[in-house]
Amino acid sequence: MFHDALLVARKDLIIERRAHVVLGQVSPLGLLILVVFGFAFDANVELLRLGSAGLFWVAVLFTGLLLVQRTFDVETEDGNLDALRLSGFLPQSIFLGKVIGLIVQLFLLEFALVIGLIVLFDVTVVDWLLFLAATVLGTFAFSVCGALFGALASGIRLRSTLLPLLLIPVLAPVLLAGTRAHEVALGLSSAPGWNWTGLLLVITAVYTSLGLVSFGPLLEDG
Amino acid sequence: MAEVSDQKTPKSKKSMSMTATPATRVLATVSVGASLVLLLLALIVSPADVVQGDAVRMLYIHVPSIWVAYGSFGLTACTSGLFILRYKRRADRGRHYDRIAGAAAEVGVVFTGITLFSGMLWGKVTWGSYWQWDARLTTTVLLFVTYLGYLALRRLPADPGVRAKRAAIMALVSFVNVPIVHFSVDWWRTLHQKASLSVGRRPEITGDMYWTLMYSALTFTFVATWLMIHRYRVIRLEEMRDEEMLQQQLRERRSENSL
Repeated sequence: MFHDALLVARKDLIIERRAHVVLGQVSPLGLLILVVFGFAFDANVELLRLGSAGLFWVAVLFTGLLLVQRTFDVETEDGNLDALRLSGFLPQSIFLGKVIGLIVQLFLLEFALVIGLIVLFDVTVVDWLLFLAATVLGTFAFSVCGALFGALASGIRLRSTLLPLLLIPVLAPVLLAGTRAHEVALGLSSAPGWNWTGLLLVITAVYTSLGLVSFGPLLEDG
Repeated sequence: MAEVSDQKTPKSKKSMSMTATPATRVLATVSVGASLVLLLLALIVSPADVVQGDAVRMLYIHVPSIWVAYGSFGLTACTSGLFILRYKRRADRGRHYDRIAGAAAEVGVVFTGITLFSGMLWGKVTWGSYWQWDARLTTTVLLFVTYLGYLALRRLPADPGVRAKRAAIMALVSFVNVPIVHFSVDWWRTLHQKASLSVGRRPEITGDMYWTLMYSALTFTFVATWLMIHRYRVIRLEEMRDEEMLQQQLRERRSENSL
């Protein structure tokens, strides 16, 4: 199953390497969002620094939605999803493959955003271990939810407006936990930050289970 | 009138256009009568609270609304589960379960909206502001938006079978939020008070207030059931209308081709 999942992820990443969507379009858009936050807060660096953890995750949320949408758009064109099923992959492998592909793409996006955060908002990471753990677990949670809800909205007309409505309420706890953990890692709060990484782990586990169980019926359309 | 696969041929057009039956008329009468009695109990018989004063009367709308919403979302999840398990085996492709799920979710969303609205009014009187960024309030608004998304999914233009299956999965996933909302006051430190009634815990309220709350829950359940039955029948009529329109268009297309 994992071998097939890696094949699906590899396919998605090859498509990405050829199209350059993450590096050429989505990452610059994420940086643009950070700049727009600067305008919205009247370029008040102290205010931006205090809110930097939340602004990072908000930027990830909105740009990540585009990645989720694209991940399933490439499958619904010309019935590619049916072709994947007919090639003998288990639905669970396809789900995990989509998750892995999204994780890699989100890491690239987040790398650009972290650089933007350090340069534009003058933040300093005081606890790199917590920062990386929260980023990695937040990305896992985002990808798992994104793969599940992306499949749910795929192939339906008006999906571009439906997906954010379905996904953002589910991702709200991810945004909250990621923000709180990053606030601690950036030295903006003295609250216990590791508890929030635990919540991210629970969200990842719950939605991975739901995705593995429900992906079969989701792909059986028609 | 075109035949719909899961429906018996209706006796007349009049019976098809109606959503009321003698049973639902009785239920409607009971619901309206019980609501009038509830007004009397909540506004006159039940005493004002020592701390909250008359604002406590909002409790008789606020608490039963969210109970009914939980129950409705629970029904949506159960029937969605049954839909996924049985849609291949049933002659109607599980449409019956899908309709119940849709009707229950609509009622649940309405009652969650009532909970939020009554809570905001209570908050303005008691806390001095309509909204607090409290775990219970925030999780409830997320629950509300999640089910609005579910209802939006149900209304998308798509193959009915595909849409119903995706809606069923969405309903099961969305139900994860219900226990989070309910236990948020126990899991996090919140401004919102603890649950008034919980299994295995002594009730926070007693006497006339307790019985009024119980009566209010019963009344709201009658009203919700009445609304659900009507919404179920309206959904069925909408499906029959869509089916009839499709058949009509097919007939027109065939007659064009035969000319």
